[in-house]
Amino acid sequence: MIPGALREAVARDGETIVYVPRERLLDVMTWLKETPGQDFDYLVDVTAVEYRDRERPLEIVYFLRSLKRRADLRVKVELQASEDLWVDSVWGLWRGADWLEREVFDMFGVTFRGHPDLRRILMWETYAEGYPLRKSFPLRGRFSRAEQVRQALNANPEAHYSLEELSIADAAGDLPDEMRDRLRRGERGVIPEPPSSS
Amino acid sequence: MKRVGEVHSSNYLLAKFHDLVDWAVNSSRANSLWPMPFGTACCAIEFMATAASRFDFARFGMERQAFSPRQADVLICAGRLPFKLAPVIRRIYDQMPQPKWVISMGACASTGGIFDNYSMVQGIDTIVPVDVYVPGCPPRPEGLLYGILLLHKKIKGESLFDAVRRRDEQPLDEKGLRLPPETIDEISEPFGNSVHQFRSS
Repeated sequence: MIPGALREAVARDGETIVYVPRERLLDVMTWLKETPGQDFDYLVDVTAVEYRDRERPLEIVYFLRSLKRRADLRVKVELQASEDLWVDSVWGLWRGADWLEREVFDMFGVTFRGHPDLRRILMWETYAEGYPLRKSFPLRGRFSRAEQVRQALNANPEAHYSLEELSIADAAGDLPDEMRDRLRRGERGVIPEPPSSS
Repeated sequence: MKRVGEVHSSNYLLAKFHDLVDWAVNSSRANSLWPMPFGTACCAIEFMATAASRFDFARFGMERQAFSPRQADVLICAGRLPFKLAPVIRRIYDQMPQPKWVISMGACASTGGIFDNYSMVQGIDTIVPVDVYVPGCPPRPEGLLYGILLLHKKIKGESLFDAVRRRDEQPLDEKGLRLPPETIDEISEPFGNSVHQFRSS
């Protein structure tokens, strides 16, 4: 395997969890998918966990399965919640990561670098209260109920179906700036790199 | 005051005429309601049971379910309503022709129920005017039938000639709200198990 890529491996209750530093995630995932004898050809799920214990890092969890070998593997990437939350997208390896990573982005605010179309999937595009599954997010949201009702009633649901439709919809005015720029460039969208990447 | 026996009294005749028209119109309306089912969760299962042969709300004149809002009289919201669906149900309500009624079926549609969180409308009466609230989680079909009968009773008490008892259009105000913001905040207050939680927690 790739030297230095494995931080820690835990085998418990017949399940294997592998901890990987985020810089090496793409190498490890490519190796896991393409090496004969590994053959993890199916990405079951991508999700994230933030623990109530503030010292514990936020984890991005990948569930892999090899249909050939009938084997499962769990890969985890630990992110410090105080730093920039980003990992590399595995969309290039498994196309199914598209919506899974969008959901993690929507709920936790984790940026997946190289994702072709990273935008909210469960909440609407103009949702402004933050990322609901973060521990810092209040259960009832940040706005008052009246404000939430006002924003919901004034939303234009048809305007937010797809980027292609968005470019001609009359709701183009209330989109986030960076998204409008992407539309103006006529591309399906590449999320710009965060300025403070280390 | 004129004598009771005076047949040519215009007051007397006019009042009876109003009552007759109201009786005819309201009976027709109440006994042939066309429901627009808006099922979002488990209440919709009970709604389907109510529509099916054992309970069969066609017995109460709801023979035809209108899956188009333009041909419906009563909107039955069965299930919890997330904020993402709020403009959808409002548009469906706006597309229904007058006169129209709304039944809020179940705890979640009526109050938000157990979903006292960031994503859920705390009662559809913040979005559309509601005539009958059916409690339950979910209500049994008998409960929904009882709600429908209550709606019949309410419809039969309406009057075309009385501005108070007439059904008028209830559009959104200029801010796009049905109720004043203070009222929405007040009726969305936490209740039940969640009274000890606060917005900042």
